[in-house]
Amino acid sequence: MIKVQNISRSFGDKVVLRDISGTFEKGKPNLIIGASGTGKSVLLKCIVGLSRPDDGQVFYDGRDFYAGDNELKTEIRREMGMLFQGGALFDSKTVEQNVMFPLDVLTKMKADEKLDRVNFCLKRVGLENVNKKMPSEISGGMKKRVGIARAIVNNPNYLFCDEPNSGLDPQTSILIDELIQDISEDLDITTIVVTHDMNSVMGIGEKIMFIFKGQKLWEGTKNTIIHSGVQELDDFVFANKVMNNLRK
Amino acid sequence: MFLGRLFVNRESFRTYYRLVMEECVGIGIGSIFLVALVSTFIGAVTTLQTAYNLVSPFVPNWVISQVVREMVVLELAPTIMALIYAGKIGSSMASGIGTMRITEQIDALEVMGINSISYLVLPKIIASMLMYPLLVIVAGVCSLVGGYLVGTLTGIITPHDYEYGLRASFNEFTVTFALIKAAVFAFLVSSISSYKGYYTQGGSLEVGISSTQAVTSSVIAILVAEYTLVQILLTND
Repeated sequence: MIKVQNISRSFGDKVVLRDISGTFEKGKPNLIIGASGTGKSVLLKCIVGLSRPDDGQVFYDGRDFYAGDNELKTEIRREMGMLFQGGALFDSKTVEQNVMFPLDVLTKMKADEKLDRVNFCLKRVGLENVNKKMPSEISGGMKKRVGIARAIVNNPNYLFCDEPNSGLDPQTSILIDELIQDISEDLDITTIVVTHDMNSVMGIGEKIMFIFKGQKLWEGTKNTIIHSGVQELDDFVFANKVMNNLRK
Repeated sequence: MFLGRLFVNRESFRTYYRLVMEECVGIGIGSIFLVALVSTFIGAVTTLQTAYNLVSPFVPNWVISQVVREMVVLELAPTIMALIYAGKIGSSMASGIGTMRITEQIDALEVMGINSISYLVLPKIIASMLMYPLLVIVAGVCSLVGGYLVGTLTGIITPHDYEYGLRASFNEFTVTFALIKAAVFAFLVSSISSYKGYYTQGGSLEVGISSTQAVTSSVIAILVAEYTLVQILLTND
């Protein structure tokens, strides 16, 4: 479980996050949603330690990330896997080398063990026979899947996904969403997904935090989101014509 | 602070060894053709220009190669090559790391618990300090060979005079000094370029700007460092 307490973050005079608290549970995808520019990705960066909050704490199963020394931070980070918006695959490495990278650097596994693990993870995300391809030779959806394979290769306890569906067609988006949900359940890990895609919200939103202008305005599930009674959330959810028609 | 983080939370020796070797190949093999080509021509042109300026019948011909030797060893091989090195390797380092920054590859390393500065920059600095002095030696040899070929083929100087001039009043410390300069310049180019690339913010336009800034800052640092080193190591009093 990941718990955030009173997270605030500013860039110069601009306050991006104000006093955000909440918990992210194990074994299911936890969604952070909101319109573009509301601070979702900054919150995620604060949680994973890529951007230090001005105020507040982040607890990983009770371990205070920011109060800890470098050793604790490294220990927690080695339990993390992250899927970045653009995939963040290493351009100079093949798909296989990309997925193997955390094992190469962080473990003392033998070469054949590493290869088995890589092939298992690639198969888990539905990719086979792409080991020797370069990231520039595969599609956006495949890059996301390779990113997920790399994120889970080292058996993480925490999985973070920043806009996993951005730039993908609806069918591939659903596949990626289902994959994230399955992995979270099967591996029993704490997963946080930042998204503004309503299809993802309605598909895998078992726990949802809505951020508006840097503040948490609502928390709930996909079953309660359409009856939230929060005007800003309604504006976000029903901005989509299909959703609006459903409401009507 | 940037350099201080190079030695914090490092990975295994095996990891660095592999990275340093990869960088050495990139820097050394990737630059050797350009270095050899430029230095051969510099040696040839220096020989011709020195001969053009030595018109007195009282000055023996072997002085030409002696002048070429001093110029090549003290200045042309370590310093002019460093400027070329900054343009080729420095810009490549800055743009490579800058691209990793804007495509979140550096963030990916950090999230994995890897000290990205140490992982990306330390091997570049070590490889640079290993390979650039070797490139300077290659440049020195190519320059002297270039001068020899042009001098003897055009009849400006005989092979015997050229060899005699190269050996006359030779001070071995100039070679040591050239190698000290090479190591310092290599450190400056690799650390400044890596720094500029690492702190790139924005998109591809900013990567280009970082790359340009890396070359400009490296060139200025090389010139200042050279003056300082000459003042410290070559002043007689």
